[in-house]
Amino acid sequence: MRFARAIVRPFVTTQGVARWMLLIGALITSVFLICALFAPWLAPYGFDQFRSSDGKDFPQLGHPSSQHWFGTTDLKTDVLSRTIWGARTALEVVTLAVFMSLIIGLVLGIASGYFGGRLDRMLVLVMDALFAFPSFLLAIVVAFLLTNKIGSGVFFMTSGVVAAALSLTVIYIPQYFRVVRNTTVSAKEANYIEAARALGATDGVIMRRYLFGNVIQSIPVLGTLNAADAIGTLAGLGFLGIGIQPDQAAEWGYDLQKSLDEASAGVWWTSLYPALAIILLITGLTLVGEGLNETINPLLRTRRLIPVRMTPRETVMSTTLEPALHDDPMADLQAEDRARRERRDPNP
Amino acid sequence: MSSSSGSLPRYIVQRLLLVIPMMWILMTLVFLLLRVAPGDPVSAALGGKISPQALESSKEQLGLNKPLIQQYWDYLWSVVHLNFGTSFTDNQPIIDVIKQNGGATLSLTTAAFLVAVVVGIPLGLIAGRMRDTPSDVLIRLFGIITYATPIFFAGLLVQVHVAPALGLPTGSDASPETTFIVPDRTHILLIDAILSGDWPSIVDVVRHLILPSLVLGIFICGVFIRLVRINILQTNQSDYVEAATARGVSPRKVTWNHAFRNALVPVITVLGLQAALLLGGAVLTETTFNWPGIGLKLVKYINGRDYGAVQGIVTFFGLVVIVVGLIVDIINALIDPRVRY
Repeated sequence: MRFARAIVRPFVTTQGVARWMLLIGALITSVFLICALFAPWLAPYGFDQFRSSDGKDFPQLGHPSSQHWFGTTDLKTDVLSRTIWGARTALEVVTLAVFMSLIIGLVLGIASGYFGGRLDRMLVLVMDALFAFPSFLLAIVVAFLLTNKIGSGVFFMTSGVVAAALSLTVIYIPQYFRVVRNTTVSAKEANYIEAARALGATDGVIMRRYLFGNVIQSIPVLGTLNAADAIGTLAGLGFLGIGIQPDQAAEWGYDLQKSLDEASAGVWWTSLYPALAIILLITGLTLVGEGLNETINPLLRTRRLIPVRMTPRETVMSTTLEPALHDDPMADLQAEDRARRERRDPNP
Repeated sequence: MSSSSGSLPRYIVQRLLLVIPMMWILMTLVFLLLRVAPGDPVSAALGGKISPQALESSKEQLGLNKPLIQQYWDYLWSVVHLNFGTSFTDNQPIIDVIKQNGGATLSLTTAAFLVAVVVGIPLGLIAGRMRDTPSDVLIRLFGIITYATPIFFAGLLVQVHVAPALGLPTGSDASPETTFIVPDRTHILLIDAILSGDWPSIVDVVRHLILPSLVLGIFICGVFIRLVRINILQTNQSDYVEAATARGVSPRKVTWNHAFRNALVPVITVLGLQAALLLGGAVLTETTFNWPGIGLKLVKYINGRDYGAVQGIVTFFGLVVIVVGLIVDIINALIDPRVRY
């Protein structure tokens, strides 16, 4: 219940453009979410399926048709199916990456901000160095490493999704760390923390019960914007051939890279749909992020004026205080107003 | 805050000293990732292509049989001397790769940065000034969608649809004749062409530069629009803007003289930070347009599983970003006294 209210709140309290951004963004994102969750039922074929169930091969680079709405690829797979399965891959990777970096960043950030001292200085320096580093290159290095290692079977993770998520995790940890640490530093001097400490709360309790709830509020904006960025980075890795390998799952970036040569030969459908999926999903997530930012960030926020509804006085009074009605100038005005409106109405 | 700690030289020295630990952390990270992780880089790069004996001797030669701590020390020490190691696959010193291909990356990123500034900052100013009007919405959508479009797809669209229409080239950084005519002096083709004074060569180089830098620049400008817009919105809420309005200063003057100037100071810092984004984007742009920069080389080495080259190039990129950050901070301290506390 509390969770549901937390989700609905931004939609209710925003106004104007921010509200539309939130709504449209949420709509686009949920379409992709549905595609991801129900991919096995929504996609007409498997992501690497190249012949129908009766054993007949799909056409190679077939035009969009009634069998294959978005056409088929060079490897005879169905573009529509790959695009839908790609949504599942993208959301798996991004959710995993954002959650892992959130948890690591949160724990390190709260600890660093709360304890301060040498630990804090060291962590800030390390995170600043990481933050300054070109994030895409960092992802490339980690992905390069992981794809190599997986091939030789040294690492425990066998799934390309986990490997890709790990390479994205590294680049987002510093962002969460920064936000959380700075919020913690300013929050720990607050009176309620002081009070908790005076009551004998241990460090662990203060961090878990008081700081966590305070700090978590700045996370949703960062989370959605990072998710948007992660989709782009994942596609970039796929494009360079070091992301998710084609036999592991359908991935939009990889599909795009495969279709580059075909595009100049007039085959537009193999590149258009994965690209549209990337653009739409990133746009949707960014809209949500920016919309949330305008509701949560006090420096940008413009709140909707809460409509004030006055209970019409005469309905209350007519039953109990009938004679007093004519002594009330406000009620007289209202009655007059009502009468005027009725007079103006052409069809009573 | 004592007066001595606010002095500019002191700030610059402090900031310079910070470069050392940052670089050290980066290098340690790169080393940990690429060397300490299990597996054998030389076999990954060369395995199956040469005999086991040759494999052993090349390991010996590259110093990979030494203890890790010795390798780590060698790596740190060589980077201090601006030696970024050697590639395993084609045995090229990385510093040569940087010299040969760095110019192309530099001209691409500089041109793209200019495009992003010229397009992004005015649009951001307009959007911030006209908050929540249709123009604001349109500009923001433009920024979001251009940033959402993968560089390689934008590059593809440009190559297939725009380039033929405009008759502009979309591959490499110059036509073969130009590279033949223009003598290589600075490794930056545009400057070489200007130095040679050969007018057709200059035109040719510029024509090759237009589309790749537009694609990368428009991609980055979404970030600029967002930053400038938010800064304008925040300065618009500040007390001094309100005070100026209350004194009866015209809205136009408030915007230009009070809000914009102050909003642009933090923007400079953040623009500098986009060097990292620009370099990452350059890798993709160079791959799409076959632009002979460092990024294209990096992708080639990645596909060849060349740890040595990847380590060297990534270290170099890290150094570039840290130095750009340093320069931006110093410029910022010169402009805004509040920075150097």
